[in-house]
Amino acid sequence: MPSPFIIDRSSVTQIMAWVLAALLPGITAYVWLFGPGILVTLTLASVTALAAEAAMLKARGYPAKPFLADLSAIVTAWLLALSLPSLAPWWLIITGTLFAIVVAKHLYGGLGQNIFNPAMVGYAVLIVSFPVQMTQWAGPLELTLVEPGAVQLSLAQSAAVIFGGDLPKATLDAITMATPLDVLRTGLYQQLTVDETMTQAIFGHYGGVGFEWLAAAFLLGGLLLWALRIISWQVPLAFLAGIWLTAGFLHFFDAGRFGAPWFHLFSPSVMLCAFFIATDPVSGATTPRGKLIFGLGAGFLTIVIRTWGGFPDGVAFAILLMNLCVPLIDQYTQPRVYGEAIVKRDDGTRKEPRT
Amino acid sequence: MSRELFKFKGGIHPPGHKAESTGRPIHPAPLPKKLVIPLRQHIGNPARPIVDVGERVLKGQLIAAADGAISTAVHASSSGIVSAIGPARVPHISGLPDECITIETDGRDEWIAHGPLDYQAMTRADLLAHLRDMGLAGLGGAVFPSAVKLDPGAAQTCPTLIINGGECEPWITCDDMLMRTQADAILQGVAIMRHLLGSSEILIGIEDNKPEAIAAMQAATAKTDFAVETVSLPTRYPGGGAKQMIETLTGKQVPSGKLSTDIGIQVFNVGTAYALARAVHHGEPLISRLVTVTGHVLRAQNVEALIGTPFDTLIQLAGDRDGTTGVLMGGPMMGLPIPDTSVPVVKATNCILVESAELFPPPPKALPCIRCTRCADACPAELQPQELFRFAKSDDFGRAQEYHLFDCIECGCCSYVCPSHIPLVDFYRYAKSEIWARERDKRAADLARERHEFRLFRQEREKTEKAEKLAAKAQAKRAELAAAPTEAGNSGTSEADAKKALIAAALARAQAKKTETTPQNTDNLSPDTQQEIAEIETRRAKIRALARKPLESEETP
Amino acid sequence: MLTAILVMVGIAVVTGLVLGWSAIRFKVEGNPLAEKIDAILPQTQCGQCGFPGCRPYAEAIAKGEADINQCPPGGEEGVKKLADLLGVEPKSLDETHGTSKPKSVAFIDEQTCIGCTLCIQACPVDAIAGAAKQMHTIIAAECTGCELCLPPCPVDCISMVPIAEDLPHWKWKHPVIEIKPVELKRVA
Repeated sequence: MPSPFIIDRSSVTQIMAWVLAALLPGITAYVWLFGPGILVTLTLASVTALAAEAAMLKARGYPAKPFLADLSAIVTAWLLALSLPSLAPWWLIITGTLFAIVVAKHLYGGLGQNIFNPAMVGYAVLIVSFPVQMTQWAGPLELTLVEPGAVQLSLAQSAAVIFGGDLPKATLDAITMATPLDVLRTGLYQQLTVDETMTQAIFGHYGGVGFEWLAAAFLLGGLLLWALRIISWQVPLAFLAGIWLTAGFLHFFDAGRFGAPWFHLFSPSVMLCAFFIATDPVSGATTPRGKLIFGLGAGFLTIVIRTWGGFPDGVAFAILLMNLCVPLIDQYTQPRVYGEAIVKRDDGTRKEPRT
Repeated sequence: MSRELFKFKGGIHPPGHKAESTGRPIHPAPLPKKLVIPLRQHIGNPARPIVDVGERVLKGQLIAAADGAISTAVHASSSGIVSAIGPARVPHISGLPDECITIETDGRDEWIAHGPLDYQAMTRADLLAHLRDMGLAGLGGAVFPSAVKLDPGAAQTCPTLIINGGECEPWITCDDMLMRTQADAILQGVAIMRHLLGSSEILIGIEDNKPEAIAAMQAATAKTDFAVETVSLPTRYPGGGAKQMIETLTGKQVPSGKLSTDIGIQVFNVGTAYALARAVHHGEPLISRLVTVTGHVLRAQNVEALIGTPFDTLIQLAGDRDGTTGVLMGGPMMGLPIPDTSVPVVKATNCILVESAELFPPPPKALPCIRCTRCADACPAELQPQELFRFAKSDDFGRAQEYHLFDCIECGCCSYVCPSHIPLVDFYRYAKSEIWARERDKRAADLARERHEFRLFRQEREKTEKAEKLAAKAQAKRAELAAAPTEAGNSGTSEADAKKALIAAALARAQAKKTETTPQNTDNLSPDTQQEIAEIETRRAKIRALARKPLESEETP
Repeated sequence: MLTAILVMVGIAVVTGLVLGWSAIRFKVEGNPLAEKIDAILPQTQCGQCGFPGCRPYAEAIAKGEADINQCPPGGEEGVKKLADLLGVEPKSLDETHGTSKPKSVAFIDEQTCIGCTLCIQACPVDAIAGAAKQMHTIIAAECTGCELCLPPCPVDCISMVPIAEDLPHWKWKHPVIEIKPVELKRVA
């Protein structure tokens, strides 16, 4: 075993554990704002992911223990679960998770080999195959509790809905509602301007009621990851900048047809993506400039798909499309190495002096 | 601190572990019974032995001379009898033997005549040749022959001289201790370097985790008659790497594939400066060095060891302990495991680090690369280690070279930070040595092709030459024959006649030859002997017939 | 109609001229493909491929008269490189032409050598020094290990010595990362 003989204490498990920990503020906010149903979804997705991971590792002849212990399957499961509607039926959750782990991860060679983000593959498969079930979002409690016939679902009741759909239709209708993005899209179909649509109750200060706080909680967790240097600043910043610039550009030209940039930024899926999904190292760009391009491209595509695409949200497709471009981006953004083609300044120095 | 410093990219902060071995004074190592002195202790051609087995040598005597432009001499570290010249175990990870001169010491430690040198009166060429014969090589680890580095070449001067007291590698303290105790001697060496290189700016870079060394050097520099600046550098591995130190001190980067002298900077280790001072002011060649013996030992310390002293002797001196799991030459970041501890200390041995499971636990099992690019953030050569790993692992050496594999300095920062615990540096070493081997094979193939083509050309040429020679001979003969009949009065000079005459002449020649070369040994024999010969001939014929028979029967069964 | 014909003729003339000019300007001497193939071949000149040397084999491959898997000294790696160059599927080495052996050099037992010069005549790279009735010896640095000197020797004094690994030629091995112990056990 040659040198070096000392190593840093960091490990893949540690990185993944920090990612999970950084999701906790978001999950707490989710439970607070939308009810405890998400916990059922998270648990079901985690169990499915671990089982699928173990089965695939066994089938491929790998030892299960080190790979299950790396927690990467749980991260995939949580990211997928947080992207799904909180009252999505159990089979939807299981199908999505299985697809993410079995097809997107292991059939591409397992940890470190997948070219697409597994969680986003799972999401894309579900939204293409089951568009109706994918809209079964529990509305923010702030709004649903005032509806006639509405109740706040307990954990058990949420589980009952997820596993059996066992609720009176009226109650279900009362507690589920379209997401702000869906509402905006519907409004535009009805020839309403953005401002007219935004007067509806679901819209809050910047994004949707509740949704904007959820987004803020994801942002908080993301900043924690950045502070711990688990993610680099390039991807989240470039992604948010891509969203802001593209949405801002469109909004500037026709505020009646295009949502405001703040509205887009404060949708939960954007914040989740910026700090937890687009920053996935395996399927993302690796060079500093490449990360900027990756983030900007994903942000741009998200708005384009949200605006002109057939689905309400474009985050998943934007990420998958940018995943495709990663080898090309990496190849053409290789940074200058030490001593290579030194940029000549008057005194031959290249960097700013330390003060 | 007045000087503005620059920051090199990447780097890590491993635990230093310097205090373990700086607490005790430098200890002289005992004189071993046997010194094994390798001929290849430096970069370049191995030294050429100039002593014979059985010869008595004195301490400091030249026993192997520098061979070629990049090489340096090797000396006897003590007096004794040369007992062997040939392959012996050397400190190398492979455990393979290499050419060594073994000396059985006589315990008298008798010096050869030596004395100071008036270097300022010497020409540069003479002084450099003298230093080459003193066996000087860079003691920082690369062991490049110092005389080569001290020759400013066509440029005539090297404006900036950096003395490297960085010693960024954890555990190692030999440079630290040398600076604390021999600051004046180091500066004497620096003065000689300045004399040879004509440097106007001299900087001594020391990492700030060595305050005693910085203080000692600062005190010493205050006394010099030329300007030297001791600079305290922020401690960050690999800040003591030559390229990193140059960037920290000057803000300049050595262009890829070039030498630091191309940008007017030369770097020497403090140990080299000290050895240079010993060589010039005392006439002592490089026969000993400071070695840090640390890690899993009872008394971690620095020892002054003769080149050729076995590792075992030094480990025992420091007190070996149970639970040793291995021995490294060098520090934990770049050092190499030495499978056999009976190997000798060489000029490159700055540290003997004894491992134990507690100090150096084996790394966890490696996981696949998750492309987190922590390695890229830590890489001081600003490479993309994750890509290099991918190419090296799949033997895609062409791509690895495109991604600047040969700019890798093997500092180990990438492996240190890798959360998947992949031995990245091993992959780069593997790829580099494969590429070198392939280039060697390619050169051999080119040589073979050239020689084969020359052979074909030579055969062709010999054929034509032979044909020409024959034609010329025939022509001459014809002319001769054509002349002869004219003398005899025969005017028939037709082509047919000439040919006929030629054949006749040849026949006559053959006839003459036959009579000449009749076997002589069968003539004038007694009848008995002739009888005997005839019998032997008949036996031979019989055997031949016998031998032919089974062959025929085999062919037609 | 006339215009169209004139335009077509014009284009034909111009392109024809360009083609003709480039044929002269960019004329390639020799057979570039054979050169490239020859560069991959190990230059052992052993003739195991059935051709008298590497160059003739390269030319035969370039003409499509020989297969790419007839060179044992080049090994599987050589076959793979040729396959990459020619854009064909790599195949395994043709065993009828011999098997890949570790790199060796010839060694003459100087006690037995009678100085017959037969090996000198057989050596394709002139790597044997000696003269008639003088002892012969191999110039190891130039020997390609082709074994062509073995059959002509009347006293069998030549043997092939595998090149031992020494310090300057020592290579780092491909690191083994044990991430699949299950698989490794199966192989063992």
